[in-house]
Amino acid sequence: MVAATYSRDEILRWLGQVADPEIPVLSITDLGIVRDVDVGDRVTVALSPTYSGCPATEVIEKSVLDALHDHGVDDVEIKRVLSPPWTTDWITDAGREKLRNYGIAPPERGAGKRALLRGERKVACPRCASTATERVSEFGSTACKASYRCSECLEPFEYFKCI
Amino acid sequence: MNKDSALLAYVMRLGDNALVLGQRMIELVAAYPELEEELANANFALDYLGQARMFYTYAGDLEGKGRSEDDFAFLRDEHEFRNLLLLEQPNGHFGDSITKLVLFELFYFAQLEALVGCEDARVAEIAARAEKEIRYHLRHNTQWLVRLGDGTEESHRRVQESVNALWRYTGEMFEADEIDTIVERAWGGPNLGELRGRWLADIDAILINATLDMPESGWMASGGKAGRHTEHLGYMIAEMQYLQRSHPGASW
Repeated sequence: MVAATYSRDEILRWLGQVADPEIPVLSITDLGIVRDVDVGDRVTVALSPTYSGCPATEVIEKSVLDALHDHGVDDVEIKRVLSPPWTTDWITDAGREKLRNYGIAPPERGAGKRALLRGERKVACPRCASTATERVSEFGSTACKASYRCSECLEPFEYFKCI
Repeated sequence: MNKDSALLAYVMRLGDNALVLGQRMIELVAAYPELEEELANANFALDYLGQARMFYTYAGDLEGKGRSEDDFAFLRDEHEFRNLLLLEQPNGHFGDSITKLVLFELFYFAQLEALVGCEDARVAEIAARAEKEIRYHLRHNTQWLVRLGDGTEESHRRVQESVNALWRYTGEMFEADEIDTIVERAWGGPNLGELRGRWLADIDAILINATLDMPESGWMASGGKAGRHTEHLGYMIAEMQYLQRSHPGASW
């Protein structure tokens, strides 16, 4: 066994370059699904799935293995961590900014039971920042998004739902 | 039956419920006349499939015989499935589907909430994940039941028929057998009597909102939890399992 020549910070930086396959402007660290990295005899990466049935889960796991392999890290174990369940509150501030620039309104903070039960309060248009927006559909192109329209600039946009 | 075999059987039931309902919903993919409902149904079905996978994977670990989620889904016969009869009923029309979902999800949500606090850590964490998803489903599906019931004369009549027709399958959810009892006592699982009281109060409030009548309590069908199914399940799994049965071990 060759001694590890990489640090935990380096691994985290490399993971920060792994894109979410459904929203490629976000990295998996922006998304907040990287829960832990442990550098021991082997590297263990703990990941949380976003939704139970998220089709991206397997793709993300493979991307992590590929990315670390590219940096010469081959002995990698991926652990799926379910508890506590992932919430949109874990999306980082940088991630929220990237979402907005990409044209997706980031989720409201405080994804408590309230948001889930009563629906969202005000969703600001990611283009013109107006809060005069209306929901077109509670569902969108992926499980995590809803479809909105801005009444000010008239552009349609997607909203990352709170969960 | 000991504590461990009861837990395994219980987890298999959770997996079977999620898979069978998910498969029924998948039958409707690309059949909705309206995009929002199309996406809602597909997204919700995906949640159920994801939950089924988590429960089956854990069941495989508990069983310790090396069976995978796919083995449980594709290589078991009808009598080995332990899902509720309600969930295997054919889709019928939109009102039937929505009614089925509301009747089940009110129960399932309460079941998951109780399981979040149970003594098996893995069941508790899967339940915590799933609970958030079902909460979201319920918000959507309950709105629809109210809209249909309190809608036009025709939608009211038809969804009342859905409620009347599916009601007989709701009793089974609250029938505690040996597995439920052991999981309640040894693992801190839900008490089905309590769940029933809560469910009745919830469904009563929704039906009142929807201007629908609650059917009188009468004969209830049961047997799904023991592997005795209605005729519909066999046809459904025959289609679902076709590929693995005809081409054993096929993968991509």
